[in-house]
Amino acid sequence: MFLKNFLYHMGRYTMMLGTSFSRPENHYMYYKETMRQMNDIGVGSLVIVCLISVFIGAVTAVQFSYQLDGTLVPTYYIGYIVRDSTIIELAPTITCLVLAGKVGSNMAAEIGGMRQKEHIDAMEIMGVNTAAYLIMPKVIAALIVIPLLVAIAAFVSIIGGYIAAVPTGLMSDAEYIQGLRSFFIPYNVFMMFVKAVVFAFLLTSVSCYQGYYVRGGSIELGQASTNAVVFSDILILLADYVIAVLLTG
Amino acid sequence: MIKTENIFKSFEDNEVLKGITTEFFPGQANLIIGRSGAGKTVLLKLLVGLLKPTSGKVFYDDVDFFSLSKKEVRAIRMKVGMLFQASALFDSMTVEENIRFPLDMFTTMTWKEKQNRVNFCLERVNLGEVNQSYPSEISGGMQKRVGIARAIVLEPKYLFCDEPNSGLDPKTSIVIDELIKDITVENNMTTVINTHDMNSVMEIGDNVILLYNGEIAWRGNRDEVLHSDNETLHDFMFASPFLQQLRDSALQK
Repeated sequence: MFLKNFLYHMGRYTMMLGTSFSRPENHYMYYKETMRQMNDIGVGSLVIVCLISVFIGAVTAVQFSYQLDGTLVPTYYIGYIVRDSTIIELAPTITCLVLAGKVGSNMAAEIGGMRQKEHIDAMEIMGVNTAAYLIMPKVIAALIVIPLLVAIAAFVSIIGGYIAAVPTGLMSDAEYIQGLRSFFIPYNVFMMFVKAVVFAFLLTSVSCYQGYYVRGGSIELGQASTNAVVFSDILILLADYVIAVLLTG
Repeated sequence: MIKTENIFKSFEDNEVLKGITTEFFPGQANLIIGRSGAGKTVLLKLLVGLLKPTSGKVFYDDVDFFSLSKKEVRAIRMKVGMLFQASALFDSMTVEENIRFPLDMFTTMTWKEKQNRVNFCLERVNLGEVNQSYPSEISGGMQKRVGIARAIVLEPKYLFCDEPNSGLDPKTSIVIDELIKDITVENNMTTVINTHDMNSVMEIGDNVILLYNGEIAWRGNRDEVLHSDNETLHDFMFASPFLQQLRDSALQK
């Protein structure tokens, strides 16, 4: 039963993606929609991403300061740990988990609501490829904007670590900056962007899938929205592991 | 002209349509009537291709609709306009943007040409001053009229209306009916209207089919309704004792 369900959803998801990435009826309309989505996803999520990132950096700095206290590990290592844990793991993963909740549920509810109010039927009858018009701009917008948000998140996290460590006296300004500049591997930034792109694709496509095929009434719409978040989160964490194995192996 | 040939449609074990064969003519208001659950909406959705029949065929001017490729289906749909029961206007767009949407998507008209066409359609449905309003800011009757304007903006050959009078008062219903009828005649469109409003039948019913339990129980036009001795038709059209009395007195006269 589980396998049958899994194969059914995988098949339908793949077919939906196939239909979504086809030639637009009118490039300008798709461009306009992509720009709208970039604004909604990017500008609309900037505040929450920055807010969360400040605390991620701050907590990382405080926790490592506590754990390294009284050991032989130099204090400046806290800056180095904040930088690398943020870039490699926390910025892409936590940001995308949060975006799955904010953007993903919103996408599922928006598309699902259009399905229930017959907006999608209306577009179909006009001759619009609804999967393409409703899904492709969202995925493309996310693939462009979410890596930028992740980069901002990493930067803000590092600042958050500084705010938590330096003014409170956990370490000096020079030590934190020395840590940030030590053992830097540019490949880690590449890994961050790979994660951001993969997570962006997963969270938008899964959320759009949940919304696009919603049936019934408001209860089903709520379930679709919840499923969008739950499945996106699970897949993000699974992909996180796979990418970690593949890119660090 | 649209023809259906022996259409069957089932949802799992529930057979909703049982061998529907009929024709819908251009320049006429073709009505599908019947009680709730008779299969009207399913038939309409089959006609526009939102559902596929279990068996049977739908012909648009002798072209078998369900044998067409996706591209060919889209080409036919460019000639189709549809008014939905709840209007299905896009909430995030103004009235003007809603009507302009098909033009933006499918035509290479200049902005000025589009604007002229939008204004023409709005004036045609007697809505001149709501261009910048959002659907939530206008009444149900106005929303229906905007829906009609959007449906006709690409000058379709076929117009489908799903319960155009639902939720409207009798006076507004008549206005909508007359508007649909006038537009149909002006543009020689094949218009298919799904309704259970007996006023619509008597006002604009050029070609009427009555669905009962998934089958065609009666067919005719508005002039034949009063004189028909079909019991299913009478049960549907003159459901209350008051309406039966009206019919009897009309026949006596």
